[in-house]
Amino acid sequence: MRFLLLFSRQGKLRLQKWFTPIPEREKKKIIREMTTMVLARQPRSCNFLHWKDLKIIYKRYASLYFCLAIENHENELLALEVIHRYVELLDKYFGNVCELDIIFNFEKAYFILDEFLLGGEIQETSKQIVNRCIESSDMLQETMEEYMSKPAF
Amino acid sequence: MSPSVPLQEMIRAIRSARTQCEERGVIQRECAAIRAQFRQADNGGRSHNLAKLLYVHMLGYPAHFGQMECVRMIASPRYSEKRVGYLGAMMLLDEKQDASLLITNSIKNDLSHSNQYVQSLALCTLACMGSAEMCRDLAPEIDRLLRASNSYIKKKAALCAVHIVRKVHDLGELFAPAARSLLAEKNHGVLHGAVVLITELCERNPETLERFRKTVPDLVQIMKGLVISGYSPEHDVAGISDPFLQVRILRLLRILGRNNEAASDAMNDLLAQVATNTDSTKTVGNAVLYETVLTVLDIKSESGLRVLAVNILGRFLLNNDRNIRYIAMTSLQRIVGTDHNAVQRHRGTIVDCLKDQDASVKRRALELSLALVSATNIRSMMKELLLFLSSCPLELRAQAASGIFNAAERYAPSQRWHIDTILHVLTTAGGDVRDETVPNLIQLITNTSELHCYTVHKLYRALLSDISQQSLVQVACWCIGEYGDLLLRGECQETEPVQVTEDDVLDALETVLQSHMSAPATRGFALTATMKLSTRITDNVDRIRSIVSIYGSCIDVELQQRAVEYNALFKKYDHMRAAVLERMPVIEKNSPGHTNGESTREAVKEVQPAKVKQAETLLPQQPASQVCDLLDLLGGSEEPLQPNPAVGSTLPVLPVSTSSTAGGDLLDLLGGLEPTPLTPAPTVTVYEKGGVTLTLSSEKQSDSGLTVTLTACNSTDSDISSFTLQAAVPKSVQLHMKAPSGDSLPARGAAKVTQMVALSNPNKVNLKMRIRISYTSQGSAFQDTVQVDSFPEH
Repeated sequence: MRFLLLFSRQGKLRLQKWFTPIPEREKKKIIREMTTMVLARQPRSCNFLHWKDLKIIYKRYASLYFCLAIENHENELLALEVIHRYVELLDKYFGNVCELDIIFNFEKAYFILDEFLLGGEIQETSKQIVNRCIESSDMLQETMEEYMSKPAF
Repeated sequence: MSPSVPLQEMIRAIRSARTQCEERGVIQRECAAIRAQFRQADNGGRSHNLAKLLYVHMLGYPAHFGQMECVRMIASPRYSEKRVGYLGAMMLLDEKQDASLLITNSIKNDLSHSNQYVQSLALCTLACMGSAEMCRDLAPEIDRLLRASNSYIKKKAALCAVHIVRKVHDLGELFAPAARSLLAEKNHGVLHGAVVLITELCERNPETLERFRKTVPDLVQIMKGLVISGYSPEHDVAGISDPFLQVRILRLLRILGRNNEAASDAMNDLLAQVATNTDSTKTVGNAVLYETVLTVLDIKSESGLRVLAVNILGRFLLNNDRNIRYIAMTSLQRIVGTDHNAVQRHRGTIVDCLKDQDASVKRRALELSLALVSATNIRSMMKELLLFLSSCPLELRAQAASGIFNAAERYAPSQRWHIDTILHVLTTAGGDVRDETVPNLIQLITNTSELHCYTVHKLYRALLSDISQQSLVQVACWCIGEYGDLLLRGECQETEPVQVTEDDVLDALETVLQSHMSAPATRGFALTATMKLSTRITDNVDRIRSIVSIYGSCIDVELQQRAVEYNALFKKYDHMRAAVLERMPVIEKNSPGHTNGESTREAVKEVQPAKVKQAETLLPQQPASQVCDLLDLLGGSEEPLQPNPAVGSTLPVLPVSTSSTAGGDLLDLLGGLEPTPLTPAPTVTVYEKGGVTLTLSSEKQSDSGLTVTLTACNSTDSDISSFTLQAAVPKSVQLHMKAPSGDSLPARGAAKVTQMVALSNPNKVNLKMRIRISYTSQGSAFQDTVQVDSFPEH
């Protein structure tokens, strides 16, 4: 996988994860192109697009578009499943996740993503294990804070 | 986990800004505050500040001043600060930033931290943005973690190793042994990481690939376990047990089985099992089936399995889900070359997909349909393709048109069908066809002599209805010019003839000439066609004359030039007009050096390359269009210089030798002119007058050197004496005349005089030579000049 973008229906970016090093200006250009391309698609069209030498898989969940770019030799249908799995993880964590959750707790969305994907590949295929790890990390943070008697993050 | 209050307050403040300007103001204030706090000593709010900065960064504002803060936070002992620090590092630092080197040490320390979550942060960051140096530094650490740690760390270390191998290819060797042992793990996460690592190693290094072939049985075993095993709540997705792992194993099997009989045999059973047992009602099942199909088609599988795979693809084609149809066609495209017959069976479905609403599906269907066209199904396929062309989206038109042309050319069942098809395409999508369509079509039409009447009728009708499609109009004009007499005759076997008068035809051509929609090239065609009709019609020649003379003052230089020349043809050389404007001969498919112009229907004589002999009987020079760059050593000749035929863009009015481009560039030839032989026989006659014949042959000595041999012969009844030859060449060419063999030519060709001329053409200019012949015969002196423009074997 090359990158994962989340953006709203108005084209505002909510999350960006890049799996290859790209200069800042290039990133902005790609984001613009992706949002234009994906937002222009008809409602019931195919979820796969071709862009340069990559395949773009996108899926809309409520008001958010999830856009994943994969290499040419990767499996598109599985990429759809990857997106779906990530949404399920977010849903489990936030409880009925909506766009506002991701806006106000973006750093947590990143932490969850980092437990699911790593270096452009799937890291953990079990939902329960990912959730357990996130909870443990959160617990660690809180206990460490209490231990250090500083206000919780 | 409780949310960060300061962060959320800031986000709320930014969101409540009503305009872009207001938002910028809020952000500037916040950033100033953050910057100030960064400079202060350690306080409790460091992670909040960095989190705020990261939010601002996501909105698109600059945040580079946070880079050093990230480095500091990563080094902090507090987990909360480390967490945000590493997140910031992944977002703000990449390998191109200098600050990224500073965190190498922190990462190294954290990799050996007692707490696994700290270790995982370090591993995650390394796998996300580790540069080549960092990877080299930390590779041994990763290898250690691959071997001896808990499964949580092992799976992350495996993917970290993948990243390292991608950055520094040589380090692959380091991880190979550890990767092998990881396959024995039970934990799915570790297993998945191991499979990815092995895939990466095998793709990069063929030797490693050989070594890992031994793991095929193990992989088959693992897959079997996944497919057959009962319900496992931890990994189940819609009835499929761990589809992510299944797909990765299938991909690895594909790489290992490629080009290897033994490995492919070992997986045959498993692949058959997966293909038949996987539930295909949901996307996830189809994802596994898709990967299976790709694997089967890529390895050396037995034919039964291949058929099964193609059938699965066929089933996909009928699926309601558009995504599935799309990937089915993508896969079929890949195998249409090798398993053509299998794919042909699904032709009907594929052609139906041409009518799908979705643009991506249409594109795939078009490519696949074009690949499936064959001699047997050409008629039905072409019907579908033409239907598609009339309704297809704009971006696919050019591709569809050229695909149709190729298919028609290869499999046309009859000439008439071929012409009809091309005409159909031109009427529907004339604007999107490539440029060489016009000459190709013209050539096709000339070759089908029995259909000339039919073709010209069809084209005339098409012209009357629509003159906006340039290619179509050009071809139509050309045909009407060539075969106008057939049109006027009013009878045709193949189609309903039109009853037209000469005025009607001229009206049509004039409309094209005057229309603002016509491109300059099209108008050129129309003008030439009008001119050609002057020999084919009887009554309205005056009308043609007037049209031609009007365009003599046209602003377009090309048209003006043509009109002026045609005018000249009318006025001074009316006796030539019929010959010049005669029907074109059958044009051969061009190839460089090929002898053109089989004058099967020509009445005009075969023209010599130098055309000089006839040049004297034809038009004298047109001084305005002379481009004569010969060094005039022989100055003072009273005879008019022969017209310089093939220079510049002058439309040759004479039959000319196109010495360099005799590929028969149709658009350049004035109608009725015969394309002339390009490479004449090695010996050519350059001069023949008064019984004296001069022939020329040349031989290439080197890259820029040429030896020309001139041979003179006398066929009269009286002897010739004092025969001398003088030659002149363009400025950059060097000339050296050797001594002639003699200076007398006995009568009746009893003996010849030869003269060798050595030429050197370092600048490779267009080689020309002017030769002056002088001799005495029967007591009187003769002198003549001849120009040679093309040299054989030059």
